[in-house]
Amino acid sequence: MSKNSSLWSDAIYRLTRNKAAMIGGGILIGLISCALLAPWIAPYSYSYQDLDLGASPPSREHLLGTDILGRDLLSRILYGARVSLLVGFVATGVALVIGVSWGIIAGFFGGRVDSIMMRIVDILYGLPFIIFVILLMVIFGSNLWLLFGAIGAVEWLTMSRIVRGQVIGLKNQEFVLAAKAMGVSNFSMFKRHLLPNILGPIAVYATLTIPQVMLLESFLSFLGLGIQPPMSSWGTLIKDGVESMEEYGWLLIYPGLTFTITLFALNFFGDGLRDALDPKTTDN
Amino acid sequence: MAIPVLLAVATMTFFLIKLAPGGPFDAEKAVSPQVLKNLNAVYNLDASEWEQYTDYMTGVIQGDFGPSFKYPGRSVTEMIASGLPITFELAMYAILIALVIGVLSGVLAALKRNTMLDFIPMAIAMIGICVPTFLMGPLLVLIFGIQLELLPVAGWGQLSGDKILPSITLGFAYAAYIARLSRGGMLEVLNQDFIRTARAKGLTERMVVIKHAMQGGLIPVVSFLGPAIAGLLAGSFVVETIFQIPGLGRFYVEAALNRDYTMILGTTIFFSAMIVFFNLISDLASLWLNPRSRDV
Repeated sequence: MSKNSSLWSDAIYRLTRNKAAMIGGGILIGLISCALLAPWIAPYSYSYQDLDLGASPPSREHLLGTDILGRDLLSRILYGARVSLLVGFVATGVALVIGVSWGIIAGFFGGRVDSIMMRIVDILYGLPFIIFVILLMVIFGSNLWLLFGAIGAVEWLTMSRIVRGQVIGLKNQEFVLAAKAMGVSNFSMFKRHLLPNILGPIAVYATLTIPQVMLLESFLSFLGLGIQPPMSSWGTLIKDGVESMEEYGWLLIYPGLTFTITLFALNFFGDGLRDALDPKTTDN
Repeated sequence: MAIPVLLAVATMTFFLIKLAPGGPFDAEKAVSPQVLKNLNAVYNLDASEWEQYTDYMTGVIQGDFGPSFKYPGRSVTEMIASGLPITFELAMYAILIALVIGVLSGVLAALKRNTMLDFIPMAIAMIGICVPTFLMGPLLVLIFGIQLELLPVAGWGQLSGDKILPSITLGFAYAAYIARLSRGGMLEVLNQDFIRTARAKGLTERMVVIKHAMQGGLIPVVSFLGPAIAGLLAGSFVVETIFQIPGLGRFYVEAALNRDYTMILGTTIFFSAMIVFFNLISDLASLWLNPRSRDV
């Protein structure tokens, strides 16, 4: 276990020296706390309408302006962050659970189990999964829980491949063989011996999956197939912004900017984490 | 391998859609039982599910995807046939833009590593990857269409130059990926022994790059193109919606919003077939380009 913890402290040391990753991480922490604190820090309620005001450009009362119904854009972006980040984290969590279990089982048992399981992954890779998410949303109506499940169910494939590769590398090492010889059950083998040793790659890939998931959610919401009003995410805000961008440009610019900055931050932080946990990749 | 996969996809989609709550005519105003019966007969909904399935599959093999639920009198095959050429043209322009810009800047960045010619294109590529298509499109429209009034903001083939913005919007993200992939691939190849040999025997630098390095360095780009087709499809949903282009992608999104189940079913099967086909081609092409995997 001591070797394990020194790997992590090394990684943290390397991560803190990577400026881009630290800036990305700082932005993320800021965003997440804004999202959590939205009900307290948002200047207005996300649904409060001031119909007399209508769409107004940024001003002192409304820092980022208001939309056609006179709703405060800053408040809507803050509340939208809750939905967008929630989808990002929960759907990634779903993908993580499926992908890690699938990869551990395939890698550990090997042989025919492995080849059948990985063949299924190969086949699913070749399919137009975006169409399947849309199909599910159409058939069962779009609700938040289905969105988590549907996105998670298509994003686990790469994770299962990564985990399987790691487990195959581990399973013939002495400590695993020793545990096997001592009669450790399969489940506690996974939990106590395999999982802690592959946490690094899992953490890295999970960080890089979150922006993909958020993109997918906002893509669906943009087409009108994801989050439905009155709930709003960054995707629906961008959609609304596009519809009125000719007259009210700020309604597109600010949500778009927030979303892009978040994606940048997540990507930089994920890349930094990868370099920190796997020094080999930095050499090339 | 491809055919059983497609069969499975078609079967799964067919029965998934049967699971959808409500009949296709529920949304319309109440119709008399007789009319409903006739409607069901026209759309073959009075047969048993198994019969519907076998009838549908026989039709699909003959290229007949049945009638559309929402546009009476139009068949799904007809709509696919009218949208496909437009989407295909759009995708071709996008891929062409992506390949030319991506490969040029990627190779150049690899050759001039750690200079401005490396940093600037790679920074732009990072932007291309992080800014989603549904944001890039409206921004381009806002700048070039509305502010500068240089290019038309919607349509396809009606006004001169109206194909430019959609193609750039769709191609930009791929140009970014291809630039990164070709830079990485070239850097790897340029360090290898056979490049040193080529230089040592006195070839000009241009010959070394074009004849020797690019063939190996661009393999990642070729393997990327197959999966990219699937992404282009999703991109075409967005781009055709933004620019109001009557292509396959917009039909699909409309079908999804209108719950036109037969249209969704038909296009899903059609898209899957295309993607499986392009993945196959891209696999074969990268096998053919890479002598090491050819021998195995």
